[in-house]
Amino acid sequence: MFSLLNIRVGFYLAVRQLRRASLWTTGLIVFVMLLTFLNLVVVTGILVGLIEGINESYRTQYTGDVIVSALSSKEYIEDTPSVLAFLATVPQVTQLTKRYQAGGTIEANYLMRTSDTEKRNATGAQVVGIDPGAEDAFTGLGAHIIEGQYLAEGDYDQILVGNFLLDRYAFGEQPGLTPLSNVFPGTKVRLTVGGVTREVVVKGVVKSKIGELGMSVFIPAAELRAIIGRTDQNVAQIAVRLTPESDPDAFKNLLLASGIGEKAKVQTFADSIPNGVADIKTTFAMLGNGFSSIGLVVAAITIFIVIFINAITRRKFIGILKGIGISGEAIEISYIFQSLFYAIIGSAVGLVVLYGVLVPTVAAHPIDFPFSDGILVAPIDGTMLRIGLLVLTTVIAGYLPSRMIVRRNTLDSILGRN
Amino acid sequence: MIEVRNLVKTFKDGPIETRVLKGIDFTAADGEFIAVMGRSGAGKSTLLYQISLLDEPTSGEILINRKEAHLLSEHEKMLFRLAEFGYVFQDYALLPELTALENVALPLYMQGASRAAAEERARAALERVGLGSRLDNLPSQLSGGEQQRVSVSRAIAHKPSVLFADEPTANLDRESSDRVISIFKELHRAGQTIIMVTHEDEYAAIADRVVKLDDGRVVSNART
Repeated sequence: MFSLLNIRVGFYLAVRQLRRASLWTTGLIVFVMLLTFLNLVVVTGILVGLIEGINESYRTQYTGDVIVSALSSKEYIEDTPSVLAFLATVPQVTQLTKRYQAGGTIEANYLMRTSDTEKRNATGAQVVGIDPGAEDAFTGLGAHIIEGQYLAEGDYDQILVGNFLLDRYAFGEQPGLTPLSNVFPGTKVRLTVGGVTREVVVKGVVKSKIGELGMSVFIPAAELRAIIGRTDQNVAQIAVRLTPESDPDAFKNLLLASGIGEKAKVQTFADSIPNGVADIKTTFAMLGNGFSSIGLVVAAITIFIVIFINAITRRKFIGILKGIGISGEAIEISYIFQSLFYAIIGSAVGLVVLYGVLVPTVAAHPIDFPFSDGILVAPIDGTMLRIGLLVLTTVIAGYLPSRMIVRRNTLDSILGRN
Repeated sequence: MIEVRNLVKTFKDGPIETRVLKGIDFTAADGEFIAVMGRSGAGKSTLLYQISLLDEPTSGEILINRKEAHLLSEHEKMLFRLAEFGYVFQDYALLPELTALENVALPLYMQGASRAAAEERARAALERVGLGSRLDNLPSQLSGGEQQRVSVSRAIAHKPSVLFADEPTANLDRESSDRVISIFKELHRAGQTIIMVTHEDEYAAIADRVVKLDDGRVVSNART
């Protein structure tokens, strides 16, 4: 079938048919191909990007590329100064931030209580001691303040409260958790850590879709050190940012090889994401592929109908072509070339729209999902695979109807007989 | 040399069978110009389609240069039509998206000629019928007479053994018809075998022989 001669003649016919076809019809078919391509890539890309947004938020707002944290049996990283000293020698490290952590409770509206039996408006929280400047430089925490102000150097008895701790931002009252009510910047609350209670002022409210931030209370490190009685330099977490070309897994292995793994838990940002998120990502990818497959079938049917109508209305001319000696295979190949043209042009326009418009736009303005800032994930290899799938489907959808028409009796086609 | 022996063609439409050709015997020598005539429904075009291998006879034999053409496979018939036959249809049968030059060049291209060679021979064929200035026109930009001349050019460009014409002047005005027939005369003088179906006595008169059909049978086979 695919002899050079048939391909030459098929190409010759296809080029002329396309060149002299209605611009509107060609445009419409290419538009269908464009939409199919975008459906194939974007639906899956958004679903995966929804989860990828969580990963990215963890990386940028919390863990950095690698996070070194206290072992499960400890409250701090042992011999933190030596860990920091080692990190200082590794050229891939561009930035880091240290955090102290302790479990605590935060109570509001205690002056309003009328009796000891009345339920306290208190909730458990992770109390995080930070260096405001270093933390803001590393995670941009200051940019997540939605009410009040960010902590400044020298602040004392002032805290930032995560949005999930406040009833107006929380998802709802969950069993065992009582979001705080009537807490605004300037409100005094009681902070209790390790049996020490302090009355502090809420300086600002941090809004984040990451539970670790939204459920935390931030306080200057020096004050938390005083509350928990920490006199050494050991911290609970060190978040590390690497140069863009560095591989977090390789860096993690480097730290483990240096023996840091005996003093602390070393995780890449991907490791530190809660269990199940990766499974959700896989499930969403499957769902996306399922939805995309429906789009692909619709596109295949569209192309089938377009080519079938084209071939059936040109049945007489197909008969003439066969009558004057043009092989059926060459005629079929001409339709394959036409289908290829539609698929390739549609995909090419789709690539421009995808990587020229959609990906950068969504990256600049992430989709505001309740639990993540969704981005559009469209890796080149996956996109190319989908283009291959689209082209293959389109070619088959174009070939089948042309073959159905070409196989009809030559004279019946010429004379328009059924 | 074409020999047709006891050619029968029956059309079936469900239980209804219509025998259109009822045992035709017929010969055409090389270089001969034969006009096939008859009333509507006599079987003229059906006979032409069988001889020119566009259709499959129900029974009978078609020998072309002593070769049993009726036994050829569909692919072999396609190759035979491409190499040996030329066709002129009543409604011109040009491809609307190809220019005059491309319409004529296409069968040459299919024969394996390079694009340049095919277009050169197509140009020569079109100049021969007086359309040297309309090479790049689409069929829709040509008159009926011009389209039929393009069709004749396409039929003769590859120098076929036999030129089949099915009522080539039926859709043309007098002037265009005369012009097409004069081309046929010229081709015949140059030795081209032509089998032409026509209703026009005047045009049949230029043939060497007129085969008259009636009710699927040859009723007269006379030299003009």
